[in-house]
Amino acid sequence: MDSRRFFSGNVSIAELHPALVITAVFLVAYPSFTSDFFTFQIGAYALILGTIALSLMMLAGYGGMVSLAQLTVAGLAGYLMAILGENSVGVMGLGWPWWLTVIVSIGAAALFSAFIGAISVRTEGIYTIMITLAIAVAFFYFVRQNYTVFNGFTGFAGVVPPTLFGIYWRDPVPFYYLSLAVAAGFLLAVFYASRSTFGLSLQAIRDNPRRMRALGYNVTLHRIAAYFLSGIIAGTAGVLMVWFNGRISPGSVGVDVVIDILVIAVVGGMRHPLGPFLGAIGFVLLENFAIDLIDRERFNTVIGLAFLLVVLFSPDGLLGLWNRFRDRIRLQRNARLEATRAKRIDTTPSGSFDNP
Amino acid sequence: MRQFIERHTFWAIVILLAVAVFLWLIFAVWPEWLTDVMGRKKTFVNTLLNGLTLGGLYFLVASGFTLIFGLMRNVNLAHGSMYLLGAYIGYEVAEASGSWFLGLAVAFFAIAFSGVLMQVLVFRRMEGDDLRQTLVTIAISIIAADLMLAVWTGTTYQFQPPEWLFGAARLPVVSVIRSNGDAVYIVYPIYRLAVLGVAVAVGIGLWLFLNRTRIGMMIRAGVNDREMLAASGVNVQLVFALVFGIGAGLAGFAGVIGGTALSIAPGEDVRYLLASLIVVIVGGLGSVTGAAIGAVLIGLAEQFGLAYFPTYGVVLTFLIMVMVLALRPQGLMGGR
Repeated sequence: MDSRRFFSGNVSIAELHPALVITAVFLVAYPSFTSDFFTFQIGAYALILGTIALSLMMLAGYGGMVSLAQLTVAGLAGYLMAILGENSVGVMGLGWPWWLTVIVSIGAAALFSAFIGAISVRTEGIYTIMITLAIAVAFFYFVRQNYTVFNGFTGFAGVVPPTLFGIYWRDPVPFYYLSLAVAAGFLLAVFYASRSTFGLSLQAIRDNPRRMRALGYNVTLHRIAAYFLSGIIAGTAGVLMVWFNGRISPGSVGVDVVIDILVIAVVGGMRHPLGPFLGAIGFVLLENFAIDLIDRERFNTVIGLAFLLVVLFSPDGLLGLWNRFRDRIRLQRNARLEATRAKRIDTTPSGSFDNP
Repeated sequence: MRQFIERHTFWAIVILLAVAVFLWLIFAVWPEWLTDVMGRKKTFVNTLLNGLTLGGLYFLVASGFTLIFGLMRNVNLAHGSMYLLGAYIGYEVAEASGSWFLGLAVAFFAIAFSGVLMQVLVFRRMEGDDLRQTLVTIAISIIAADLMLAVWTGTTYQFQPPEWLFGAARLPVVSVIRSNGDAVYIVYPIYRLAVLGVAVAVGIGLWLFLNRTRIGMMIRAGVNDREMLAASGVNVQLVFALVFGIGAGLAGFAGVIGGTALSIAPGEDVRYLLASLIVVIVGGLGSVTGAAIGAVLIGLAEQFGLAYFPTYGVVLTFLIMVMVLALRPQGLMGGR
């Protein structure tokens, strides 16, 4: 389906790809036929992780900037929720109304992301990974040793979503739909933005920054804007994350989690916005059920091996694997079509040149 | 030197004054008002020495990191794991044989070997693809951290350095004069001073190796232009393997040195990876001199941060990084 027509509204239901419709129906109906555990711990969690990874995919896939600080941005939003809103620990907890807290948290996360962008975009390529990793680790050590604002090693607990319209939003089903709405909204937004003028120039900058600079584009500003937008995504996911866990501590923004987000994005595939969600589903399933196959303690080895295999053999992730598979099928089908057509041409006398 | 003074007379005077004040701070007995402002002199001198020795340790780790990057454009994010693995291997050998020095040597060679293995088995296959190489090193570090946790568990280990390195030395620095006229001297662990000495020795050794030997010449040529070096008949892959071996070996070496000065525990790999990252970002990727400057800066910043504003210590380190990136994105000693 042509996405341009989709967004212009010039599209009918019948034209939608059946797989898309089936997936959408499945996702909406999902809580009705699964247990609370699957709705909350698997469904909602995968959607949140996928949203954070989506913010990384957007930067890496369209902007060519692999930022490892996306979880840190989400973590900052989560921390701000606990600091500005309410928590049960007794440190900070300014008790702002929930809507103000959410807006300020997401806004601050986006600004923080833009700031990370501003200090890392002046260098290129591999430096970005290093600088963002350094920022992520520094943030981890900072919140761990700072007790006055971030409550150090313990962190915060008792951060809950509000009760609104008579619904307690941390109940599995409402929370699942909340996460689904956020994830789907950002997925469409990223998809749309990738076709916008901004998205196209960002991709052009990824491919050839020097040429874009020569054409008069402000390369640095485009990149920082991309960081800002991805910060909004990551920040929103961070708010959901802290509601999901109910608490946040330095462990939530630790290096292993930072790397997990990278693993999710890379394993899923960084060429298409759907990739991070695929990766997140795989990751969450593995995290919950690898316990049956191997020792729980060795989970990281499994994740590391899976990551290593994907990086070694399918750099575009699961999505790339699927694309290659599909291309091969198409190639075979086309070859077969070609063969039958050639046979037909051989048997039928070609009359076009003989009698004009 | 003389040229510098003639050209930048003003800055030369400023630097000279700063050095004079600094030396005075170290050797003079502090007057009352200064103690009121900056706390006790003992804290200051100890923090300074701690910072310098930590910087020495950071230099040992980061020099390997920067050496590998400079030649191969490969950010080896498994460098922290190599540090930790070196420390564990050194510990096992030192425990089994009773010789700390044997542990040090085995750690160096074992990690150097693992580095060569990584270069031959993994990186040679994806040359020129920086991002993929980096992702592979991340994967390796995840697996390595988990397997090390499985083998050595979460216990903290502590080395026993040789007797003569143990104990404390009395420095010729007076901290306070007691009311009865006795001078109190500052004492400091000998081992820590030895770490500093080793770091300086390794730094000088690396400099000599890179600037005064034939292989060093090849490495420098490779940093500037790999293709040209290969075209002039040098087996570049061999040079790569060698540099990877030395760089990784230095991490293992630092593991034993650092493990003795502090301790070995899971999580140290991330700490030293962060240290190497910030040191080379500040100093400039690929420059050994830069690594030395960056290491001293970061070591001092960390220790002074810890001593004077405990809950905001990391911010100081972070600020240095941000400032360097804002003023000189390529690092203090970085080329281009």
